[in-house]
Amino acid sequence: MMTNKVRVATTSLAGCFGCHMSFLDMDERLVGLLEHVEFDRSPLTDIKHCQPCDIGLVEGGLCNAENVHVLREFRNNCKILIAVGACAINGGVPAMRNHYEVQECLQEAYLNGVGVDNPMIPSDPELPLLLSKVHPLHEVVRVDYYLPGCPPSGDAFYAILSDLLAGREPSLSKTMLHYD
Amino acid sequence: MQQLLQGEPCPDQAVNGLMPHLLHQLHAIQQQYRYIPTQQSKQVSETLQLPLAQIESVIDFYSFFTRTPRGQYTLLFSNCTSCGDLALMRELCQLLKVEQGITRTDGLVSIDETSCIGMCDHGASLLINDRVIAHLDSTRLKQIAEYIESKTPLDQWSPELFSINTQIYKKGLLLEQPLEQGSALTAAFKLGSDALIQTLKQSGLRGRGGAGFTTGMKWEFCRQAQGAQHYVVCNADEGEPGTFKDRILLTDHAHELFEGMTVAAYALGAQQGYLYLRGEYRYLVPHIQQVLTERRQQQLLGQNILGQQGFTFDIELVVGAGAYICGEESALLESLEQKRGVPRIRPPFPVTHGYLGQPTVVNNVETFVAAAHIVSKGANWFKAHGTEQSAGSKLLSISGDCTKAGIYEYAFGVTVQQVLDDCGASDAQAVQVGGPSGTLVHRKDFGRQLAFEDLATGGSIMIYGQQRDLLKVVRNFTHFFAHESCGFCTPCRVGTPLLRKYLDKIEAGHGTAYDREEMARLAKLVKKRSHCGLGQTAANPILDLLEHFPHVCEQRLLHQEYEPFFNLDAALETTRQLSHRDDAEAHLA
Repeated sequence: MMTNKVRVATTSLAGCFGCHMSFLDMDERLVGLLEHVEFDRSPLTDIKHCQPCDIGLVEGGLCNAENVHVLREFRNNCKILIAVGACAINGGVPAMRNHYEVQECLQEAYLNGVGVDNPMIPSDPELPLLLSKVHPLHEVVRVDYYLPGCPPSGDAFYAILSDLLAGREPSLSKTMLHYD
Repeated sequence: MQQLLQGEPCPDQAVNGLMPHLLHQLHAIQQQYRYIPTQQSKQVSETLQLPLAQIESVIDFYSFFTRTPRGQYTLLFSNCTSCGDLALMRELCQLLKVEQGITRTDGLVSIDETSCIGMCDHGASLLINDRVIAHLDSTRLKQIAEYIESKTPLDQWSPELFSINTQIYKKGLLLEQPLEQGSALTAAFKLGSDALIQTLKQSGLRGRGGAGFTTGMKWEFCRQAQGAQHYVVCNADEGEPGTFKDRILLTDHAHELFEGMTVAAYALGAQQGYLYLRGEYRYLVPHIQQVLTERRQQQLLGQNILGQQGFTFDIELVVGAGAYICGEESALLESLEQKRGVPRIRPPFPVTHGYLGQPTVVNNVETFVAAAHIVSKGANWFKAHGTEQSAGSKLLSISGDCTKAGIYEYAFGVTVQQVLDDCGASDAQAVQVGGPSGTLVHRKDFGRQLAFEDLATGGSIMIYGQQRDLLKVVRNFTHFFAHESCGFCTPCRVGTPLLRKYLDKIEAGHGTAYDREEMARLAKLVKKRSHCGLGQTAANPILDLLEHFPHVCEQRLLHQEYEPFFNLDAALETTRQLSHRDDAEAHLA
């Protein structure tokens, strides 16, 4: 079914889905938003792959090969790509492992950790390989906008989407960038 | 510190003849053990009655202190564009079979780099256990390597290696006619403190550190401020890369400096002064101590100075430990108070709330020297030189691609071109005026004047000839700021390493127009949002490069929309090996 609605895709990479939860904090404003927006690939629709979209919202940083594939799919299909939240912008909590070598992390988790049974580092081809470090999105693809916060508030999601839908350059008020 | 103020002896009184101070204690420990063992930190904590957390934060803040052992011979190569040559560092690493930053297993030697050590007129230089070796070349490196391998004590090394001989090519107002000892003080007593400050104001003297605040006003504000004590502090933390004029003043004109400080003390009613010397100049300590002793013997310091009843003033020396930020006056005061050198929130300014919260005048070495001359010779003598807004003269430290690197004293208002002609720089494509935090001047602008109203400078003039790669120069500066950021505010702490990352990417040929735009956006943000002068100027080199030398950046860019920051497939190498995989999914194109 063809519509004139703006197509929006969302995904979470190395993140906690907290940004998506916050997205839902738009509450009843989501109803109004759906008048203008149609969701493509997103945990909300369970669509597995992106079609060409207008806006892509990506939560989480990049910790493994699959994250890179998904991010590239978003970049290739979305006219506007937005890095959403601390992990997408800076690496966030998952990037705390960057203080260690990836080898140390795997050894701790699968070989030497407390309560490890049958110690071995997983090698199933189904499992995506970890990158040596966790990276923010803009180190692997071009990013158009950054929506900061851990997570960004529902108001901030609403503000950036409203601006884009109205064809304005997105701009967040100071209060939306003040976190304490 | 309290003990010192009360004039009581501190248990560990004499550390190299310096006053009891956390930085001095830590330095002595670092000398003895080549690092600061935890046990020693605890002892210092008890001796100085400071919390252990404060001791440890100070150790981690200053680059000359370490928690892991450095070599018995600790070598730090300057990485400045004028007195640094890291190719020589790598050469010596090979000769001594040691990796940069990692102490050799026998503990004999460690080699690393450090920010500019102020030897810019002497070519490539290094610090070895607090002493300076300049004019480095392959021959000298071999000599150094042999001495180290044979464990020869530094005192028995050829003294020639340590010789430092700075050329003064042009003398002006201050350097031409040395001041007779005590003459400024005699003049000050005659004037009285009110008239003295008026004289300074009339002279138009402005701070020589670079910011250019009117000295007479600073002294007046401080004098008017209420406080149990007033303090005079001399900022000799000459850390701006390319600057070495204070080193010359401290070497040859220390009497005039101390006379200026004493005049200030008289004007303010201060009894205690401090000279904060950068750690890189530690080799000057015996000389400075000697001058102070002479002045005490001549009644130019101490009680009832020159017979002036009730005028008591003395000066102590405090030596830093490798932190550029301590050149910022409020960071310097923090360091003086035995803390990390983190800039304070201003206002209140040091003139009302300075050292230990008391009214304090902090001035540059050259400012005090000029003040002494002015009080002795009068405001008009000074004001007759320079420009309307920039009275008097300025000492310039000139280095880089010229035939006569050294000290030049010019009346303010001299053009860049004139300076270049005098120092034998015929093929300059650009001049960095005022150090990395200053201005990168294109040759079309060489007609501009050195003065507060045009090109302000603390004295650093670095010249870059046609063969220099300006992107490498700016990259060097950007690395410098990222290294020296004190970490207090986010725009600078996070921003400067990000700028470094973008510039490294562009320099390596992986940058795109998108990276350049992002870098420019970030540069403006760092400049606008940082807490102190370091962050506010850290992006200047990048912004100047993009504005005046756009082709330098342009020719390095890839002509494609985007390029990742790292090699994606290589980032999977470790986990490929750990999981013994080599299937298609184990690779990223």
